[in-house]
Amino acid sequence: MKKLSARRRHPAAALVVLLLALACTGGLYAVFAPADKAQADETAQSLTIEEGKKLYAVDCASCHGTGGQGTSDGPSLVGVGAAAVDFQVGTGRMPAATSQGAQIPRKKPVYTQAEIDALAAYVASLGAGPAIPAESQYSPEGADIAKGGELFRNNCAQCHNFTGKGGALTHGKYAPNLEDVDPKHIYEAMLTGPQNMPSFPDSTLSEQNKKDIIAYLDEVNSQDTENPGGLELGGLGPVSEGLFGWIFGLGGLIAVAVWVAARTAKAKKS
Amino acid sequence: MSSQIPEENLPAAQDTAHGAVGVADEKNPFADPGLPPHEHRRQDIDERAAKRSERTVALLFTVSMLATIGFIAAFVAIPVDKIVYIFPFGHVSALNFALGVTLGVSLFTIGAGAVHWARTLMSDEELTDERHAIEAEPEVRAKVMDDFRQGAKESQLGRRKLIRNTMFGALAVVPLSGVVLLRELGPLPEDKLRHTLWSKGKLLINQNTGEPMRPSDIVTGSLTFAKPEGLEEHDHDFNNEIAKAALMLVRIQPEDIKDKRTMEWGHEGILAYSKICTHVGCPISLYEQQTHHVLCPCHQSTFDLSDGAKVIFGPAGHALPQLRIGVNDEGYLEALSDFEEPVGPAFWERG
Repeated sequence: MKKLSARRRHPAAALVVLLLALACTGGLYAVFAPADKAQADETAQSLTIEEGKKLYAVDCASCHGTGGQGTSDGPSLVGVGAAAVDFQVGTGRMPAATSQGAQIPRKKPVYTQAEIDALAAYVASLGAGPAIPAESQYSPEGADIAKGGELFRNNCAQCHNFTGKGGALTHGKYAPNLEDVDPKHIYEAMLTGPQNMPSFPDSTLSEQNKKDIIAYLDEVNSQDTENPGGLELGGLGPVSEGLFGWIFGLGGLIAVAVWVAARTAKAKKS
Repeated sequence: MSSQIPEENLPAAQDTAHGAVGVADEKNPFADPGLPPHEHRRQDIDERAAKRSERTVALLFTVSMLATIGFIAAFVAIPVDKIVYIFPFGHVSALNFALGVTLGVSLFTIGAGAVHWARTLMSDEELTDERHAIEAEPEVRAKVMDDFRQGAKESQLGRRKLIRNTMFGALAVVPLSGVVLLRELGPLPEDKLRHTLWSKGKLLINQNTGEPMRPSDIVTGSLTFAKPEGLEEHDHDFNNEIAKAALMLVRIQPEDIKDKRTMEWGHEGILAYSKICTHVGCPISLYEQQTHHVLCPCHQSTFDLSDGAKVIFGPAGHALPQLRIGVNDEGYLEALSDFEEPVGPAFWERG
């Protein structure tokens, strides 16, 4: 101890202490934080499942059954997977209002992402299903936009319109507009097929295909989409544009003509 | 003919007619009320107002000229790919927007100037101009009819029946050459409408991945589009062939399938239907996985895929043809035959 304290004013002392401190912090971090990933995850997972189960009992069980087995008011959640929960709750579709119209609409989400994750973990524990995708899976970066366009027109455009503006289905159902929908939710929708949308599992529409489609939508249907002509009128093409021209263009001309003729040019107004 | 216009209707005599009201008498019980008294415009009385109108019109025409110069300048100066944000329209092409606005302004101001000119400065005196019969004089008509009868007699059409009949024959036959040309509008369809590229043993190729599929790839509630093995997108006749062979694959829980033949022609609940609407041939794949209905976007024909794709709504005339599918030795989905009936809309000889 004497020797050590005698060297405390050595020029290298500060450096040695700093290195020791860094090593300690790093070591402690390695011990407690992500080092033992599997173990840490397992405990965290079972905790979130417990939390999710509580949330589920409050808001979901009345329709989907106490064990997710489904009732006459809601389908079984066994095997739908975490991705379906993240989509349905994350886009505010669930929890749904008690009396629904033809289709459950998108609304402001009720739960925080942490609560959604807990619910998803609980539902995933009921039966194996698609997991919530990682950001690398759905991020539009590095995807082929042209290929995405081709895939979108082949698989999605029949309902969602060529640029994802949405469209009508039977009996008041509709395919929603995809403008500025979170790429994660688009990915999950393709994976799980919410409501009447068919699913496009990885076995028929690969991960890369999905990424391409998301990149295409990001390009053609977002707040920042470049639209050289402006005023795309729902992206329906020449029919709606012609109708708009006939009604508002010609209508405007008629209105101007009537206005001109209705005003007298005479000095004495009658 | 101008000599027939009554003197009092000539413009020179009209000024005195303004404000004059006819008097009803025995011969003419409904008196001509005449024109209302002429009212002057401010510009007719006040030369300063007229000058102001002149300047307004000239200003409008000048604005038009400036807008035309602006159009040319925009065309030259703005790069074609420049995008700008303009409030209600979003991110639009600067060139398109500038050309549209300048051309619109230059045309509109020419029109507005002309209208303002006509309304405020050109003469607005009301005129009366009477209409006259357009019939010819009786003598002229008699002469024309006589000439016609004389000509008909001299042509001997009524007397020489051989000439008349052969002429009618020639006139009746000559349009046939036009009719026969219609035959060459295109090749005859032969039996092309009755067959597609599908045949026994052809693999179902996933249009997204270009790979053949196993039954386990098609999950319940999913929708997949398939093309026949060997047909590639860069092929010369790809569009002609896929227009008939386009296929949609769905999987329905066997207990939900209502029709026995539908079940037999599928594989473990995987059903393959033509994607071409039987009404007018639109690609039809608005599939609702919970109701198993497919909706056509063109005229809302709706088909129930769980029940042999029967028409349950809309103008389509018959069910979507189903392709018989099975699994080959390697476990891939394959067609077991071509479609049993022609795909797509009905045609004259379809039967």
